[in-house]
Amino acid sequence: MLFLIPLLPLAGFVVNATLGRRLSKPASAAVAVGAMGLSFGWSVAAVWRLLHVTPVGGVRAINEVVYSWLVSGRLNIPFELRVDPLAAVMILVVTGIGTLIHLYSTAYMQEETDGEYARYFSYLNLFAAFMLVLVLGASFPVMFIGWEGVGLCSYLLIGFWFTKPSAADAGKKAFIVNRVGDFGFILGMLAIFATFHTLDFQGVAAQVAALPKEETFGLLTGITLLLFLGATGKSAQIPLYVWLPDAMEGPTPVSALIHAATMVTAGVYMIGRNAVLFGHAPHTLDVVAVIGCLTALMAGTIGLVQNDIKRVLAYSTVSQLGYMFLAMGVGAFAGGIFHLYTHAFFKALLFLGSGAVIHALHGEQDLRYMGGLKHELPLTYWTFLIGTLAIAGVPLLSGFFSKDEILAKTYSSGHTVLWFVAVVTALLTATYMFRLLYLAFFGERRQAPGHGAQAPGSHGAHLHDAPPAMAIALVVLAIGAVLAGYVGVPDVLVSGGNRIDAFLAPSFTAPGAAPQVEAAAEEAGAHESGTELGLMGVSTLAAFGGIGIATYFFRRKPEAADALADRFSGLYRLLLGKYYVDEIYDAVLVQPIKRISTLLLWRGVDAGLIDGTVNGVGLVVRGWSAVLRRLQTGSMRAYAMSFFLGVIVILGYYLWR
Amino acid sequence: MDALLFWILAALAVIASLLVIGQRNPMYSVLLLIVSFGALSGLYVLLGAPFVAAIQIIIYAGAIMVLFLFVVMLLNAQHESQVAGSEARFSGGAFARRFGAALAIALAIELGLAIRQLQATPFGGEGRPASTVRDIGLRLFRDYSFAFEATSVLILVAMVGAIVLARKERS
Amino acid sequence: MNFLPEPTLNSYLVLSAVLFAIGTAGVFLRRNLITILLSIEVMLNAVNLTFVAVDRYLGAVDGQIIVFFVMTVAAAEAATGLAIVIALFRHRETLNPDAYTTLKW
Repeated sequence: MLFLIPLLPLAGFVVNATLGRRLSKPASAAVAVGAMGLSFGWSVAAVWRLLHVTPVGGVRAINEVVYSWLVSGRLNIPFELRVDPLAAVMILVVTGIGTLIHLYSTAYMQEETDGEYARYFSYLNLFAAFMLVLVLGASFPVMFIGWEGVGLCSYLLIGFWFTKPSAADAGKKAFIVNRVGDFGFILGMLAIFATFHTLDFQGVAAQVAALPKEETFGLLTGITLLLFLGATGKSAQIPLYVWLPDAMEGPTPVSALIHAATMVTAGVYMIGRNAVLFGHAPHTLDVVAVIGCLTALMAGTIGLVQNDIKRVLAYSTVSQLGYMFLAMGVGAFAGGIFHLYTHAFFKALLFLGSGAVIHALHGEQDLRYMGGLKHELPLTYWTFLIGTLAIAGVPLLSGFFSKDEILAKTYSSGHTVLWFVAVVTALLTATYMFRLLYLAFFGERRQAPGHGAQAPGSHGAHLHDAPPAMAIALVVLAIGAVLAGYVGVPDVLVSGGNRIDAFLAPSFTAPGAAPQVEAAAEEAGAHESGTELGLMGVSTLAAFGGIGIATYFFRRKPEAADALADRFSGLYRLLLGKYYVDEIYDAVLVQPIKRISTLLLWRGVDAGLIDGTVNGVGLVVRGWSAVLRRLQTGSMRAYAMSFFLGVIVILGYYLWR
Repeated sequence: MDALLFWILAALAVIASLLVIGQRNPMYSVLLLIVSFGALSGLYVLLGAPFVAAIQIIIYAGAIMVLFLFVVMLLNAQHESQVAGSEARFSGGAFARRFGAALAIALAIELGLAIRQLQATPFGGEGRPASTVRDIGLRLFRDYSFAFEATSVLILVAMVGAIVLARKERS
Repeated sequence: MNFLPEPTLNSYLVLSAVLFAIGTAGVFLRRNLITILLSIEVMLNAVNLTFVAVDRYLGAVDGQIIVFFVMTVAAAEAATGLAIVIALFRHRETLNPDAYTTLKW
């Protein structure tokens, strides 16, 4: 009954999409949240069943063929779902955090009309359905359905307030940039089918395992690079990350769900799903690691100076995704998934918290006009603080364990330079996150010019903290942000503590082969426990160092920050302008395409050729008919004569026969 | 004797027909056509079809031509008038007349050619008696009775139609 | 008196053809509606002659039956045609067919 997991949210979508306008808000909410909740329950049941299934070839899995989908010649693709350890983690994250975010949304979107409210929830349910298909798919095409579907829902939800031009544009940008990545993904899929004659994940993995690792740039490297291109689009890495900051135009719960916890992790998941394939293409893995690391650094630097609270979080997401790709790139597949899992908790928490702030301030998102919210929004503040500590990698919280594992594996696999960059990025992460915290919650409130009349007048000095629906979500996520990491305590601290590694390992090996990660872990653990403790110390230092810098610049001496910005004004502007990547893309790619489309394709082909042909046919017909029309002279004699002419012709024919 | 009669009657018919289409006054055309019918009637007798000859005179010359006469006199159509204007250019002008004449000549030529392909076919069976009304009657009412009845309906329809068409409009 | 050739079927057919051609010429060349109708009658008579002649050649009587029907139909047609001519005449006061040119685009 695995298919119920995506089917329940899909049913929620159908109900809200068709009947939504006539349903009251509580009814729509009940349908949506109920569907997600039931899906979560079912997922828990499925995982429970998984844990008690006997392993086949070292892998525990539950397969389910829902129906026979594509059968054509040699191609046979059933709509098949499979739950294995990796999918188990994913469905729990998607449905669990998804349910919380749905619950949060019931309060956050309260000011919309009934119809819009229902539309929002229908899209949100649809997204969940597609995401679940993505992670449960047992073959590339099924995953691709989900892949495309979540892209569509992302577009719909980013552009939810489509009457606002910036939102509509952001939605389009997201979809189009994603499409570029999807192009790579599709080509990769086709190449896989051409090479392996199957698109089933297990099937491909089994065939690849029999091949040797590719030392040079070969077929497998090409395929995996194409797939990775798709991943950069979906998961916002260089070069296709540009849509994610703009995606903040959508409602904040959307940002939390799609652009933090689930959709953007699809790329990471995809690599994990094809660990055997990627493992046989070491050059691609190098590319993945480098891009991940660079993206993490770049996004971190940009996030340092942004003024919109959601933008900071968006770049933070890009940066953390970079960490996940770094992990995948150095072969720490389980580590990447572990970070995905903890990141889902604290990033969703941070976004929802920022949503609570924005909600309380009636739409203000600029950090320069916040401040002093610590006492007015206590619940929001405490949960936000927990999230910030987690993301900064402060020990004992979830982020520490997952980030530390990535750093350790990076170092121990020999990528020392990448490790160093990653540590610097960790420092930056702590810095900009605490900057955010201080600017938003501490100090005096700075009113925006022009807002002065509004805030005191409408609510006085008293702001509303999060309403119950939102508060529940925040609290549960905060608890998760603290505790989630404990499934992955490194072996060096607690022997056998890294349960998630062991749990996930079978998913990353070919069927029948021995799990490779355990071997690597044993190697690392055996002779480097001292190094690992040292590394842990370094990352802790980085975290606290970042906190310290932020405290100095944004708490003790705020003027110092401004002074620094003035002294390095060029660099400051570069960072604030996001390295002008959007502008470069526009000049190099967008404008030329627009010009070609306008001049060549529109005026030349469409208006000239196609319209010309169609209109030309009409003109020719009209011309000829103007000539032929003269035959109808109205004179009866002429008609009689033409009859007779026919008679003569026929007579002549018979004569000559 | 028959041959002489044939040639006389044939010549009469042709000349009368030529004059019919050549006359300006439609009244004279009608009268000349009656002459032509008379000649044809004679030819029918020569061909041993007295019944047809009789009904030719009675119906064609007697009824139809009288009808034509009535209409000619009713409309007082004396002569043809030329209609000015571009509509006449194509159909009333010289080009139309020449084209019409050409068509008629082409037809004549074709018919001539067709006939020439036939071998000379004498009638044979000189002693054959003329067909009688009895023969025709038997054939008509036995084998062609359906056509007969249908034709009577046709005449009825034509009668009604003529009345409706020629009626003065009620305004 | 037998210096004239004996009329054969061919002679009658030629005569008929000549009459038919005359009738056709009349339809095209005259500018009077009634005369046009008269020319059509000429054509019909030519056809009648053909039927009777072939009838005599074949020794049957069916041709005369057909002539009978032709005449009937000619009568009906003449009646209807003349009624139309009268109706037209009421509109335009002329019998010139070129005056009636509305049967066009």
